Amino acid sequence: MKHIRNFCIIAHIDHGKSTLADRLLDSTGSVTDREKQDQLLDSMDLERERGITIKSHAIQMDYNYKGEQYVLNLIDTPGHVDFSYEVSRSIAACEGALLIVDAAQSIQAQTISNLYLALENDLEIIPVLNKVDLPSANPEEVTDDIVDLLGCDPSEIIHASGKTGFGVDNILAAVIERIPPPKGNVDEPLQALIFDSVYNPFRGVETYFRVINGSIKKNQQIKFIATGKTYNADEVGTLRLKQFPRTEIKAGDVGYLITGIKEAKEVKVGDTITDAKEPTKNPISGFEDVKPMVFAGIYPVDTEDYEELRASMEKLQLNDASLVFVPESSAALGFGFRCGFLGMLHMEIIQERLEREFDMTVITTVPNVSYHAFTHKNPDAIVIVNNPSDLPDPSTLNRVEEPYIKATIITKSDFVGNVMSLCIEKRGMITNQTYLTPERVELNFDMPLAEIVFDFYDRLKTVSKGYASFDYSPIGMRVSKLVRVDILLNSQPVDALSALIHADNAQNIGKKMCEKLKELIPRQQFDIPIQAAIGAKIISRETIKALRKDVTAKCYGGDISRKRKLLEKQKKGKKRMRQVGNVEIPQQAFMAVLKLND
Amino acid sequence: MSGIYIHIPFCKQACHYCDFHFSTSINKKSELVNALVKELEFRKDEFKNQVVETIYFGGGTPSLLTIDELRLLIDTVYAHYNVVSNPEITLEANPDDLTNQQINKLANTPINRLSIGVQSFFEKDLKLMNRAHNAEEAKQCLEEATIRFDNISVDLIYGIPGLTNENWLKNIETALSFNIPHISSYALTVEPKTALETFIKKGIVDDVDEEQAQAQFYLLVEELEASGFVHYELSNFGKPGFFSKNNSAYWQGKPYLGIGPSAHSFNGNQRSWNVSNNSKYIKSIDKSILPSETETLTQMDKYNEYVMTGLRTIWGVSIQKVTNEFGDDFTKHLLNQSQLFINQQLLYIDNEILKVTQKGKFLSDGIASELFKVN
Repeated sequence: MKHIRNFCIIAHIDHGKSTLADRLLDSTGSVTDREKQDQLLDSMDLERERGITIKSHAIQMDYNYKGEQYVLNLIDTPGHVDFSYEVSRSIAACEGALLIVDAAQSIQAQTISNLYLALENDLEIIPVLNKVDLPSANPEEVTDDIVDLLGCDPSEIIHASGKTGFGVDNILAAVIERIPPPKGNVDEPLQALIFDSVYNPFRGVETYFRVINGSIKKNQQIKFIATGKTYNADEVGTLRLKQFPRTEIKAGDVGYLITGIKEAKEVKVGDTITDAKEPTKNPISGFEDVKPMVFAGIYPVDTEDYEELRASMEKLQLNDASLVFVPESSAALGFGFRCGFLGMLHMEIIQERLEREFDMTVITTVPNVSYHAFTHKNPDAIVIVNNPSDLPDPSTLNRVEEPYIKATIITKSDFVGNVMSLCIEKRGMITNQTYLTPERVELNFDMPLAEIVFDFYDRLKTVSKGYASFDYSPIGMRVSKLVRVDILLNSQPVDALSALIHADNAQNIGKKMCEKLKELIPRQQFDIPIQAAIGAKIISRETIKALRKDVTAKCYGGDISRKRKLLEKQKKGKKRMRQVGNVEIPQQAFMAVLKLND
Repeated sequence: MSGIYIHIPFCKQACHYCDFHFSTSINKKSELVNALVKELEFRKDEFKNQVVETIYFGGGTPSLLTIDELRLLIDTVYAHYNVVSNPEITLEANPDDLTNQQINKLANTPINRLSIGVQSFFEKDLKLMNRAHNAEEAKQCLEEATIRFDNISVDLIYGIPGLTNENWLKNIETALSFNIPHISSYALTVEPKTALETFIKKGIVDDVDEEQAQAQFYLLVEELEASGFVHYELSNFGKPGFFSKNNSAYWQGKPYLGIGPSAHSFNGNQRSWNVSNNSKYIKSIDKSILPSETETLTQMDKYNEYVMTGLRTIWGVSIQKVTNEFGDDFTKHLLNQSQLFINQQLLYIDNEILKVTQKGKFLSDGIASELFKVN
């Protein structure tokens, strides 16, 4: 155990985490030239394209340091606030963390919240100043920021460049010298922490774990404490670039487990693996059942594809246990599913994976958070509202509660005013303001979660010219004045366009929704009135004027091909629209409410 | 049954609305004409089994060519192709090039049809569009041209910002007063990256107005039909016997050979187009390489093109032809998709031929798109 080091990397998106990880693998000879590719640990195409890590990954490296052979387990963590629980479990599996900070951009909000998590878990922090080779790098100032934050000595900060490989050897030396080896007892009953799982269509679910005490052996009867299920450990091994089966993984080490589990939801991140016959008495603390934060309807574009959509979602759920869904139906969209997601990014990822991996084009409806409604008749019984149509009739409504979060925003002092007005517009209440340095300010707000769902990130970016980072954590439910704004097209209500909105904003948002829909819905041969209404009261109205001219004047030899292609494209676009009454509504209109300020 | 189109990619000045391929630097003209001759020579085998019925000089401004250059090109066609005894030979011409003298010279060539780019008889409109001629030149040239040519077409543009319905009617009446047998008339269209688009964006010129264009289109149809013209294609009106044979070939899926930069050719299965760059074109032809790209049309492409062009014309879309050439699946698709428009009185079926109604004419692209088959 003396020669094992377990560590993770804490970094903001784009601060070079994946590139630096590639360098570590390179320097330890963990990859051959043939296997090399950028962002090695990000195995999903989506991760590579977006430059973010969605799943946790782990990889084991061998490193010879001062004549002794070490095993280094790097646990790569997701880099987005939607996945903060997974991050917390990865952190719990380590003794140390590399805190990677971009020498040009300094520390961001999410880095800080993950850093706090790491400190709570008593991790040894190794600060790394990355991208020092960039012309825009500002190492002195960023060093001060890090020193302020960690209370460390400036000499403890390692300068590095993932691009050139500069400083990588110093990082590896620090990992060995500064991070303590794992503690644990091989002779105690098995106690291992699940920090992630991956679905493999051929082998079932692969569980990634860190052994705290005891050991896990091939063909051992094991038990997952939270789910209470027992399995045979068909295969255990360590994670190199490929998997290496072993007969035993002992306390302190990291590995994978295959038991023939077919569904990801049986493997819960944070759960404890123990021996079935001689179980540990101490489940690892910190386990939580992950709860979805955002709900939206997902419908097939073509109503006939409902069963196919169900099959695709079920397959997706096999490898993404955080996706939940139940069937629902809409007058406008037919049969579909109400889905729960960890956050907006998670929702986008699911939608994109459905398209890419299952060739399923879907309509996603306006997302909402989960509200609690209470009726006069039964003022203590919670009615869970995951869909605008679930909201009880206003006349029977006693009160509604909505989820609140504590938001942490770090920005430059120049943008404090802008950020504050945005948060106040979003019904936020400032609770704290701290100057981290004279230029950098941390702001804390209590805000309704729902306000973050509605175009918060983009606007935060805009008002701060990109110099604001954001993180949040839930702080419970609070009473709120909520109304349902309905949209009528051609005087027909379109249930899938309804949204739950705070009463004070209803007028404004209703107006903007009408304007946005006017922009998005193609003109047809007749006028189409668009109305926003609360109950029977119309609060806003727009009209899509009838199309008068829809023909090009010229169609000669040179025009025919071009024009055919144009009209074919138009036809394909229409195939992706939904006919509601006699109005054709494009896919993106159902999400229009999210982009009201574009 | 086929036509040869020869593209003359030069203009004296750029009209503000034009996105066709042309150049205002005329110094390459003779080189270009030589290249056109060479292209005609080395593509002759493509038309081995075809009879050439029409020759069409389009542009750009073909009236910038000298009589000798025009003769050279026509002679080259005659030397290498099988031309019918009385072909339709059209020259697109601008009024400022059509002096009395030039008209007389043209009348002594095999050219027997003029398509004159008048566009408007109002100075204000011509200025807005940056046409090279003035209203007086337009009238004068028509006076002379009608003496020497009986097959003349006049181009008119409607929907010009500021053009009232009253003035539009005057334009139509003025054109009719010359007793010409053919009118092509187009709604002013704001094409991307044209000067007109920039002016509109900057607020120098008012945007085109759909309602105005629609009203003026129907005024046009009414006036011309009342004067004995047949509205045989969306933008084309001809007295019986005077439809453009060359252009009708495009709409009836007949083969055509396009010579010159940016010109398109079609052989029934493949469409190809030459590069839209005068220098590249000349250089490549010089090396006897045709600088073109080709696409092969699938059955679906052909069906879509037939629907798209058919709906624009008096000949419509023949249900029988769709069945014969594309099969029952296509017919079923066509009839299914048409039903909604038939109910809305935008389409009708007359004698097994699907056509747009008067009301549907100005919406026919959108309708065609709905009748398309796509994967």
